[in-house]
Amino acid sequence: MVERNDEPLAHKVAGYKPDLLLSEDHHLCPGCGEPLAVRMLLDAISELDAAQKTIGVVGIGCYTTFSATMDVDIIQALHGRAPSVATGAKRMRPECLVFTLQGDGDMVNEGLQEVLHTAARGESVTCVLLNNGVFGETGGHMTSTTVIGQRTKNSLEGRDAGYHGYPILIGDLIARLEGTAYAARGSVHNAAGVAQVRRMLKRAFETQLRGAGFTFVEVLTMCPTGWFVPTADGPGYMDKVLGSVHVIGELKART
Amino acid sequence: MARRLMEGSEAIAAAAITAGCRFFAGYPMTPFTELLENFARQLPPVDGVCINAESELEAVGMAWGAVATGARAATGSTGQGLSLMQESLSEITRAELPLVVFNMARGQGDYFQATRGGGHGDYRHIVLAPVDLAEAVQLTQWAFHLAERWRNPVLIYGDYLLAHTSEAVDVTPIDFGELPVKTWAVDGTLGGSGSSRNVNPLGFEKGKRGIDPEAFWNRLAAKHEQIACEESRFEAEACDDADVVVVAFGTPARFARHVVREMCAEGLRVGHFRPITLWPFPAAALAKIAQRTKRIAVFEQNAGQMIDDVRLAVLAAAEVVPIGGISTDSSGFGVGPMLDVERIRGRVEAVMEIR
Repeated sequence: MVERNDEPLAHKVAGYKPDLLLSEDHHLCPGCGEPLAVRMLLDAISELDAAQKTIGVVGIGCYTTFSATMDVDIIQALHGRAPSVATGAKRMRPECLVFTLQGDGDMVNEGLQEVLHTAARGESVTCVLLNNGVFGETGGHMTSTTVIGQRTKNSLEGRDAGYHGYPILIGDLIARLEGTAYAARGSVHNAAGVAQVRRMLKRAFETQLRGAGFTFVEVLTMCPTGWFVPTADGPGYMDKVLGSVHVIGELKART
Repeated sequence: MARRLMEGSEAIAAAAITAGCRFFAGYPMTPFTELLENFARQLPPVDGVCINAESELEAVGMAWGAVATGARAATGSTGQGLSLMQESLSEITRAELPLVVFNMARGQGDYFQATRGGGHGDYRHIVLAPVDLAEAVQLTQWAFHLAERWRNPVLIYGDYLLAHTSEAVDVTPIDFGELPVKTWAVDGTLGGSGSSRNVNPLGFEKGKRGIDPEAFWNRLAAKHEQIACEESRFEAEACDDADVVVVAFGTPARFARHVVREMCAEGLRVGHFRPITLWPFPAAALAKIAQRTKRIAVFEQNAGQMIDDVRLAVLAAAEVVPIGGISTDSSGFGVGPMLDVERIRGRVEAVMEIR
């Protein structure tokens, strides 16, 4: 069955609380995709029975407040710096599952060199990108992943390649690095996408625990507030506008 | 261990490892480079890790992650590289992590950076300035203890001379006493318990909605006030009946101290005061000395930075006179012609008006 952007399903997901979430309460906007992605992340950890050996390193963005509600050990990092912090933690605790949680502003703007160097080093951590193509926390500003034509608060007429340059397809870039063992891009625009994201996260974590190299999961997440679209139109807009550029699928899986 | 001739960088890395340091990350830069080389050489045999970080930004981030797990960890650079690290150093202080940071500085122009910090917000680092290698070996070990005692970064202010001069030193472990158990350290084990950890510079706590920055920052400010009261260290010689007291720090103080000792032996009324902790600055001790002396001569190898702290300590109790200045080699590494006992003696004599 192909899911549509129907309200009842959204409600079902919104009411779902993984074991590793201390509270389903959050301050994020209606229609935000980040809580969905975080729930799948926590579910993947639970499914691998890894809660008691997990360290999460959280970047700076709307998702930052989940440091208080994700029931795993957390190190809060600076904007852009989570991959290095994760590197130091993993080297001292090699038995742990170490992940970063970052947005596109955090990872692809401020900290691009961090994630690329960490991948190239084949560092045994999983970087998780919540990509909505805007700085959500500041109210919807252009990032390095904003697609051509996308309207943001500082590209009101739409991102123009001649004036603003082109978006970085970070997942594809990371997949090309030798140190990367697994790279995938999913999307939480519908139920099938949400389930796929959980599978990708689980696969990335399994790959990390096998010690195969650097692992990366990018998740397209809705930001209707930052996109100037009605809340209910968020999933459809994301699938059409962001999804056509940041194409969903496994980008690399080294066995 | 017996005394052995070692280059500064080798001895300082050995002292850090003796103190339990098991992680280092750094990026090459003169005169810090040899410290990185020594950690890269000395850490793997003790199952430690040294990462050749791709930038100073990443070096400090890696050290942040390592120290958050409860490991003893350090990073470092020269002042230029530390400029890049300031944002993280400020946050690491708010995350209350016991990181040790080495500045193998190019001269003494980084005094403000070290003692005021170039980062954002209200924060303080403990800063230790060794005069020679023997003291550096002790202070490096003390730095790891102090950092954990206060859960606060500690910076060692060294320089080209300290890093590159070979001296006979004894790197034996020093026992500084008990430290609290690191219950805050993130080891990954508390997931799913409802009381997992959150090493957080923003003030977020597990299970609590939002933050209370005012209370959080006030608590840190109170801690820094307490450190200021308890941890200042200094060396003072012949200050009791001196007409002039020479204040200097770090390796240039070794030259100044030599001059003072020479002049004292000739019966001249001159004293020597050296802050070992640049922050907290030993203001109370210097204020007491200022009551009994006419002039305080400040010898530092920069345009005048520590002199601000000297003036704040002395207030109007004695006249404060700068006798240092900018002096460097042609590469800008801070080994200048001013580091010469005859020249320094001339400047001290001028302040004493005996020339």
